[in-house]
Amino acid sequence: MIRLDCPHCGPRDQTEFNYGGDGRIERPGDDASLTAWNDFVYTRDNPRGPHVELWQHTAGCRQWIKVARDTLTHEIIAVGTMGDDIEAKIADPDRGGVEA
Amino acid sequence: MTHYSVFSLLKNTLGGHKGWPRAWRDPEPKARYDVIVVGGGGHGLATAYYLAKNHGITNVAVLERGYLGGGNVGRNTTIVRSNYELPGNTEFYEHSLKLWEGLSQDLNYNVMFSQRSVINLAHSDGQMDAYARRGNRMRINGIDSELLSRDEVREKAPYLSFENARFPIYGGLSQPRGGTARHDAVAWGFARAADLRGVDLIQNCEVTGFIREGGRVTGVETTRGTIMAGKVGLAVAGSTTELTRKVGLDLPIESHVLQAFVSEGLKPMIDQVITFGAGHFYISQSDKGGLVFGGDLDGYNTYAQRGNLPLIEDVMTEGVAMIPALSRLRLLRHWGGIMDMSMDGSPIIDKTPIDGLYLNTGWCYGGFKATPGSGWCFAHTIARDEPSPYNTRLRLDRFARGHTIDEKGSGPVPKKH
Repeated sequence: MIRLDCPHCGPRDQTEFNYGGDGRIERPGDDASLTAWNDFVYTRDNPRGPHVELWQHTAGCRQWIKVARDTLTHEIIAVGTMGDDIEAKIADPDRGGVEA
Repeated sequence: MTHYSVFSLLKNTLGGHKGWPRAWRDPEPKARYDVIVVGGGGHGLATAYYLAKNHGITNVAVLERGYLGGGNVGRNTTIVRSNYELPGNTEFYEHSLKLWEGLSQDLNYNVMFSQRSVINLAHSDGQMDAYARRGNRMRINGIDSELLSRDEVREKAPYLSFENARFPIYGGLSQPRGGTARHDAVAWGFARAADLRGVDLIQNCEVTGFIREGGRVTGVETTRGTIMAGKVGLAVAGSTTELTRKVGLDLPIESHVLQAFVSEGLKPMIDQVITFGAGHFYISQSDKGGLVFGGDLDGYNTYAQRGNLPLIEDVMTEGVAMIPALSRLRLLRHWGGIMDMSMDGSPIIDKTPIDGLYLNTGWCYGGFKATPGSGWCFAHTIARDEPSPYNTRLRLDRFARGHTIDEKGSGPVPKKH
């Protein structure tokens, strides 16, 4: 069981959350090229290791949150709100975190 | 190399089974091959076999990071079927099923292919209508199907929960030519048959990088040294993007874990493959007697070859809803395999934009049944530099062109396929 430390509700089981996929993808502008749109919809980085991803706390506060999780070990590296700078949290040596 | 037959069996029986030679060689890698296939699983071994058999290309190496057949070909629920609806999938999987039907003779290796039928259960009038439509589409494409009434299903599988208050069984859709095969034997059979035709099977040989000359891929760096190649084909389900990243090729692929389960051994009980129509659960019985079953993905990107408990609970709940007798059984073991989940749920067998590099990926749940067809088509694509008639639609650029093959209609969300 993966446990995620929801920034709004505290630590909860993964069964309360819905997985939203890669959290580093940025929606292109309306005038972006077809290649940029294709990458946005279909292309994924799919790393073997740290992965920033979106989860929605559907059985809790219903907020979307950002999670940095290792896809090989399931270690939760950092958790933040959608507005938080998750990259800075990953880089923070004192970040703590909840392990799988 | 011994030809396997009743005579060789008799001869070796008289000799106390001490005279069997090894099934394939263990060669040192050569400096150069015409074709290198990366990945010694079912698809990689089948590709090497059909390169040699159909195209006369025998200066071939299969490079395997671990041991032959140690990945997903040994980690699945052994189901073989071709009950698809959409162009792209129908012709490919039916071609693969036809290869299955002659495979044991072709390989001189008993893959224990058993056409015991695959039955999808329907739990509402609406679902029966949908199955009638799907069955008709299969028949239009030359694939066998039979719509079964409730009584016909009951005759075949009396142990199902027909009176279930939430999920009563209305009938089902059967593909009589579907069934199961012995998964390890498929890997071993292709390995032995490829080796017999001169293919070098090289184990404990991990590909760590690619050699490029003017953009073209001309070889691979491995843990057993540099090996040059005319062409390089990737058949490394689960780890595809880790390799393509090294040549700057981005793919519409996510890696997810799919779990499978085996119960303790039972006397013969389930003599078909049966799937639950009100969720996602599929079950069959192995020749050893264990019930082999599985369900959904865990649902998040992962490279860990192990699953998580919430999904196990979900699978067991669905199984018991369909077959209440399962609740009395003990689980013998379970395991997880890493799937290349593509963005439309269908596979990719194609050349890449990089000269000399060929791609076989995106098998989602469907890799095992595709093994012979995948090898056949990938060998054709590598040998002729163009897809065969059976994989013309399974192209890498179909996403950019808007020609996705989304059997389930769930959009570019890998966990939902």
